[in-house]
Amino acid sequence: MGRYFGRKLAIYALTFFVAVTINWLIPRFMPGDPVSRMVARAGMQTPEGVAAMREYYSSLFGFDVPVWQQYLNFWGGLLTGDLGVSLWAFPQPVSSIIVAAVPYTLGLLIPAILLSWWAGNKFGAYAARKKVLDNTVLPIWYVLTATPYMWLAILLAWALGKVAGLFPVGRTFSASLRPEWSWVFVTDLVSHWFLPFLSLFLVAFGGWAIGMRNMVIYELESDYAHYLGALGAPGKLVRRYAFRNAMLPQITGLALQLGVIVGGAVVTEIVFDYRGLGYLVLEAIKSSDFFLLQGIFLFIVIGVLVANFIIDVVYVLVDPRTRAGMGGGA
Amino acid sequence: MSDDPSATKDAFTASGTGREALFFARRNRKLVGGGVVVLVFLLVALTGPWFTTDDPLAYVGPPGAGPSGEFWFGTTTFGQDVLAQFVHGLRATFFVGTVAALIAGVLGMVVGFTAGYRGGLVDEVLTMITNVVLVLPVLAVLMIIAAYLEVRNIEVQALIIGLFSWPWVARAVRAQTLSLRAREFVDLARLSGAPVRRIVFREIAPNMASYLFMVFILLFGGSVLFAATLDFIGLGPTDGVSLGLMLNHAKQWSAMDLGMWWWFVPPGLGITSVVGALYIMNVGLDEVFNPKLRET
Repeated sequence: MGRYFGRKLAIYALTFFVAVTINWLIPRFMPGDPVSRMVARAGMQTPEGVAAMREYYSSLFGFDVPVWQQYLNFWGGLLTGDLGVSLWAFPQPVSSIIVAAVPYTLGLLIPAILLSWWAGNKFGAYAARKKVLDNTVLPIWYVLTATPYMWLAILLAWALGKVAGLFPVGRTFSASLRPEWSWVFVTDLVSHWFLPFLSLFLVAFGGWAIGMRNMVIYELESDYAHYLGALGAPGKLVRRYAFRNAMLPQITGLALQLGVIVGGAVVTEIVFDYRGLGYLVLEAIKSSDFFLLQGIFLFIVIGVLVANFIIDVVYVLVDPRTRAGMGGGA
Repeated sequence: MSDDPSATKDAFTASGTGREALFFARRNRKLVGGGVVVLVFLLVALTGPWFTTDDPLAYVGPPGAGPSGEFWFGTTTFGQDVLAQFVHGLRATFFVGTVAALIAGVLGMVVGFTAGYRGGLVDEVLTMITNVVLVLPVLAVLMIIAAYLEVRNIEVQALIIGLFSWPWVARAVRAQTLSLRAREFVDLARLSGAPVRRIVFREIAPNMASYLFMVFILLFGGSVLFAATLDFIGLGPTDGVSLGLMLNHAKQWSAMDLGMWWWFVPPGLGITSVVGALYIMNVGLDEVFNPKLRET
């Protein structure tokens, strides 16, 4: 078991290292001079302003020292939590902007991921043994998984928000309110939260349900299920065993899907102007704020790695075979 | 049967199983239905641009008009023809999906075959690389790369999507290669002195052909969705038009608030139909190739 976690942690550490290196490399290896590009995009008119910006960026990128030292400095800054200064919300540091936005994104992502996974698995397993249900809803699930996150979000925002007027569309909470623990604020927050949550939930739900359905059918065809049936075990018991076995690939699937779901959250937030990381991504791209964009990138990578590790721990808890030391491989 | 029996025969090395697959393929409702939808969209993408304006971004009609006889899908706030954008965007979608899927498929197969067949240290290193790229959130990486590219076109977009979507293919191909490598017919080929390349492509790959075909479909669907997402957050092609970019424009110019549903419904519907039809085709293919899953 120690070896299992050791291997996993080594991979995550390496991934983090690669991600940081990508983050450092890309601005330097892109065609053209990043400093002049930034200055050009800032649209400064006066020569003094251009000179000042030039100096500012050069020192920020650290171009005046050798390459290896630039790289080490980058890591040094990173480890002390210094991700640079945002241009979009000058002069706020990137890290504080991101930290302020993260709770909203997590509040959207965590319920959407967990609930869609739970409900999708339950429903998929249920549909697997109901032929009628299987034939009618399966195509819907396939269409749902094929739906781009932002399109479903746009449709929901338009149909339920604009046309039906059931939910407010735009922002995380009404502009007139301030975050506080009051009934008015919380209900307002929830009503703004519901549609983004629903659209994330629906797309992810279809994928889990399909996966679970296929796995349960596969498990019910396996030898142990037939053997149990032959012994006269009630169908309910056999299905419960099948369900528990089918869960394992779904847990691994959750780890694999995380990146996609996070991407989905980014575009969903953009559709609803929900002020989380996705909103920051859009603003960073619009104002060419590369420091902010890089900060968000690192934050997403760290988040996905942490979530992966949590899933690994859960997997060990759920599957006794890994604890017995059989599943040493990654 | 087919018009040219010899062509069908050439297409499948083992004509018996090939004909059997074809027999079931033509009777599989999911496969045929999904295939028809994909073909229709492909035809629209290929021929559509001939019947619409050359420049889908040109201002040709009245601003913000709903669907009419002249403009079937209506016009944007600026009077651009939504139908023209749609058919051009569909073309970009098929292009990105195909190229990205080819790149990712080939990369994944090369890594998977090499890791699975060579084993040992090569396997360790390749598996490590695969696992690292697998945990990296692809979209975030694509975002950061695309943001720094000053000029973006769909070719570059397809390339970077392909370069980061291969890990799961490599993993699956490696696992299959590992199990196939231990079979007798592979041993026989090795004993008879066949070179590695020949063993991999003649003995191992054909046994996974059906699987690889389905992998390609999944990669295509995934790449299309990735491209649409990138386009939507404003990192799409800087020249030209795509379905994701249409959604981006629709959002940017608040088509939702103005109730201009004809602007944002077609692009999303196009992506969903193509990708959804492909997924359903995939299920059909699974049933064709895997006798256990056949309904009849």
